[in-house]
Amino acid sequence: MAEVSRFSVSWAVLMKDLRIERRSRVMINQIIPFSALVMVLFAFALDATNILTRVAPGLIWLAVLFSMIVIVQRGFAVESSDGALEALQAAGVDPSAVFWGKWAALVVQLTVIEVLLVGAAVLLYGVEIRAIGLVLLVTTAISATCGLAAVGTIYGGLAAGVSGRETLLPLLVLPVASPVLIGATRAVEAALGTGGTTISEGWPWLGLLSVFAVTFGVAGSFAFGPLIEE
Amino acid sequence: MNSSPTSATESVIDIQGLVVVLGGYPALAGADLCVARGEIVLLSGPNGAGKTTLLRACAGMVRPVRGSGQVLGFDLIAEREAIRSGVGMVGHRNGLYTDLTVEENLRFWGAMSGADSDEVAAAASAMEVDGRLASVPVGRLSAGQRRRTALAVLVVRRASLWLLDEPHTGLDAAGRDQLDDLLRRATLSGATVLFSSHEADRAARLATRSVRVEAGRVEVGDG
Amino acid sequence: MTTITPQTIQAPRHRGTGTRATRVVGIATIIMIGWLAVFGLVISPADRDQGDSVRIMYVHVPSVWLAYLAFIVTAVCSAIHLIGKRHSLGVDRVAGASAEIGVVFMAVTLVTGMLWGRITWGVYWQWDARLTTTALLFVSYIGYLAVRGLEGTREQRARRSAVIGLLVVLEIPLVHWSVRLWRSLHQEATVLGTDLDVSLDGLMLFSLFVGVVAFTLLFIWLVLHRSRTLTMIDLSGDRDLDAALASRRAEGGADRV
Repeated sequence: MAEVSRFSVSWAVLMKDLRIERRSRVMINQIIPFSALVMVLFAFALDATNILTRVAPGLIWLAVLFSMIVIVQRGFAVESSDGALEALQAAGVDPSAVFWGKWAALVVQLTVIEVLLVGAAVLLYGVEIRAIGLVLLVTTAISATCGLAAVGTIYGGLAAGVSGRETLLPLLVLPVASPVLIGATRAVEAALGTGGTTISEGWPWLGLLSVFAVTFGVAGSFAFGPLIEE
Repeated sequence: MNSSPTSATESVIDIQGLVVVLGGYPALAGADLCVARGEIVLLSGPNGAGKTTLLRACAGMVRPVRGSGQVLGFDLIAEREAIRSGVGMVGHRNGLYTDLTVEENLRFWGAMSGADSDEVAAAASAMEVDGRLASVPVGRLSAGQRRRTALAVLVVRRASLWLLDEPHTGLDAAGRDQLDDLLRRATLSGATVLFSSHEADRAARLATRSVRVEAGRVEVGDG
Repeated sequence: MTTITPQTIQAPRHRGTGTRATRVVGIATIIMIGWLAVFGLVISPADRDQGDSVRIMYVHVPSVWLAYLAFIVTAVCSAIHLIGKRHSLGVDRVAGASAEIGVVFMAVTLVTGMLWGRITWGVYWQWDARLTTTALLFVSYIGYLAVRGLEGTREQRARRSAVIGLLVVLEIPLVHWSVRLWRSLHQEATVLGTDLDVSLDGLMLFSLFVGVVAFTLLFIWLVLHRSRTLTMIDLSGDRDLDAALASRRAEGGADRV
């Protein structure tokens, strides 16, 4: 095998995952409807528009987390259905490069979901986005997504493949992701001004989210290899 | 003929006394194997004999508990990473992305291996999955076509040792003949093939030498 | 060419997992727990506001500190296992034993915390920083134990668990940070007050110290016993392996004359 740069490997993995999605349309046909459904179910459960508007940021991120579980399971199911990830490993491909490729694909998919969920919140929960909060909103989304994608890829790799392991994924991911849930919700509340929060209250949370993203990004690139070994 | 090659050709596999434990069970209980470059060696033996484990051990995929050896000149215990990039293993699963076409799968592996589009096209045609087949999603291919695609991946990767676990399974008679043909051609281009089958008679037509695996050990085989 | 020799386990000299070390630690533990009972239940004063229910603190607080100690031990052992040349399985066993005991201590923390809250303020749970963090980490480490139980060879499981052990320990500061920041923003005027924290005078502080020492000794004692038990489980597995190897060889030999 000729020497290939790690970036090329990651890029190829990213493109491959996006291509699979374009071909199979699982995101469009199944996961996006699922996320929308979750938002509707929240409305049924909470049953009062003023409450919904107040807790909308939390509901959005909850829906993101639930959708992420499904996306990660799908993302690794394509790898294990015919043993493709094992083949990559067997070929001696650098696992951290594979990690970053799958991470990037998850970032793309999560971003799509987040945009749609914010739109759903505007439509269904009466949320209003204010211009001064936009920077905080976008930076929160970016850092939260990077962190979630790292955690999702790490544990997705572990939980993939062998049957009896997929149910482990929510148990592993959700506790780890809880700092992101807390931080992203508070930051978005600040950006939207829900409950009277000011924008300045959001920035400390952004610090937390960034540290989380960097920590698990770096950890993931080391941990992914050992974790996917059969 | 015995279980090692008679001439002093370069040995691609040279292992002694391998013990591999899977889930507390000794899948390999002291296996020895010697394969020279360009050979097509058949691993025969009943189900559960340890053929798959032996193949995986040669691929650097399992860590032996006891024993020693070399594959492609790399130490079997200490240099498993290096072994993997030179070895191609196709097991019961083909390692392909079923949603993508043959060509897309091969191009992906081309990107992994630094092979350009000419090499990818050549690999596809060498394994006879070019032309109309190339743009069919792998999920819609027959078992034989998928198998050949998996082998085309090995060509793209320029693997010099091919480890094939029961490659003829699921193929009809014509498919098996085609596979045999392609494997012979591959060895002419420099590959070495070690494959397993539990139908020894039929598979012996392809093999230059056969080796019997039983109860986790390699017995002296027939030529 | 490298030849591997498997890691041999030293068979313990006695039947059980007890040795002179554990007996010494065990006796010290009993003494310290006795001290703790005396100080906690009798000598230290009742709190001005909470009354006698504050005495739960002498179990609750040491318990949570020991849980953290246990998880740090797990992380350190995980690191040693990964970095060390031998990739010692014994170190992995200590990591597992420590995590199991840490989870038990966390459960004790949660239960005593809930009891304390119930008795003092009538509510089992208040989302205060300590209990929330504990609950989250409790679930995280249950996840770690679930990963330890996955299938695979001993070496695979050890390596996988070590990686997860290090990842999980990264969560601790992050969860702390986020929960603390979260609770500090909620300056809601509730009748119930915030943390289950009490202003400590000298005697109470000393009793707490006794509690920490007692629980530390208890932790050491438990880890010694538990990791030895895990060693014996592995040892019996090895004996099975040798027997299985022998019978597998006989299986093949039976065909030959």
